[in-house]
Amino acid sequence: MPANPNVGIVIVSHSAKVAEGAADMVRQMVGDNVPLASVGGNAEGGLGTDVAAIMAAIDRAWSEAGVAILVDLGGAETNSEMAVEMMPEERRERIVICNAPIVEGAVMAATEASGGSALAVVRATAEELMSA
Amino acid sequence: MDDALKRRLIEAMTATVVAYADELTALDQAIGDGDHGLNMKRGFEAVLADADTIVAKPLPEALKAIGTTLVMKVGGASGPLYGTLFMSLGKALPAEPTIADLARALGAAIEAVKARGKSELGQKTMLDVLAPVQAALAAGETDLGMRLPRVANDAAAATAPLKAIRGRASFLGERSIGHVDPGAHSSALLVGAICGVLGA
Repeated sequence: MPANPNVGIVIVSHSAKVAEGAADMVRQMVGDNVPLASVGGNAEGGLGTDVAAIMAAIDRAWSEAGVAILVDLGGAETNSEMAVEMMPEERRERIVICNAPIVEGAVMAATEASGGSALAVVRATAEELMSA
Repeated sequence: MDDALKRRLIEAMTATVVAYADELTALDQAIGDGDHGLNMKRGFEAVLADADTIVAKPLPEALKAIGTTLVMKVGGASGPLYGTLFMSLGKALPAEPTIADLARALGAAIEAVKARGKSELGQKTMLDVLAPVQAALAAGETDLGMRLPRVANDAAAATAPLKAIRGRASFLGERSIGHVDPGAHSSALLVGAICGVLGA
């Protein structure tokens, strides 16, 4: 099977349940048309975010078209930025963190990505939610 | 800097964070998500567990290793922030630093933490402790081992009347006023632990 050409989506929440639930909603919209990974909780399974786990999620959702990350509260954003910086250089510029609400942003971004849109368009669609 | 001194610094920082973990958590329960003490304890215990490997490295690489461990283990927003602080110090310091080197490196590290946290001075964060400590180092005053912990503690206490602009505490707005910032307090504790060992 050829690699999925669409932009991938990564959902990063402090809670594994929130991340999984948001991913379920994305799958209901786009099925398997978009590479998708969700990650939540700290290394001990409590609430929090984990840089190594975020890096692994980016790998799972990797697409040559890039990856859009949706985050919830502060630490998820800071840890996602850290994870992006620790990725190989040639991948870094193809990963964006969207300034958008995590659930709505993930669904909107994935829907846009499923039509084959470029990373910048996927991001813009998710971020429009902030100005709506 | 010899291996034994590096080990004592790691032990002192870890012991302090462990001893004050409950207090940091209580501060964070007041204005944050209540995990700062536990997160910092987990991070520094991981650093201590790796101390044999870390102290064998030259100081710059040892600091970078501490930073990487904190990034990977702390979990909260303080992981990337303290991780960035230590990694930046590692990038800026020579193996045998002078006070002037420390002042310059801490200045560079503060800029890196500002960028990581998208934060400025006066926003009720760890920066409000690190900046006056850096200023005292840069002024090159005498008796720094005694003075710096006082500067740091006073600066941490001075975050109480500030309103949080960044981080989870910013959700509370005016209600964040009256509480010491947990990150400012943990920064002051680490300054105290480091000065206790270096005693300069």
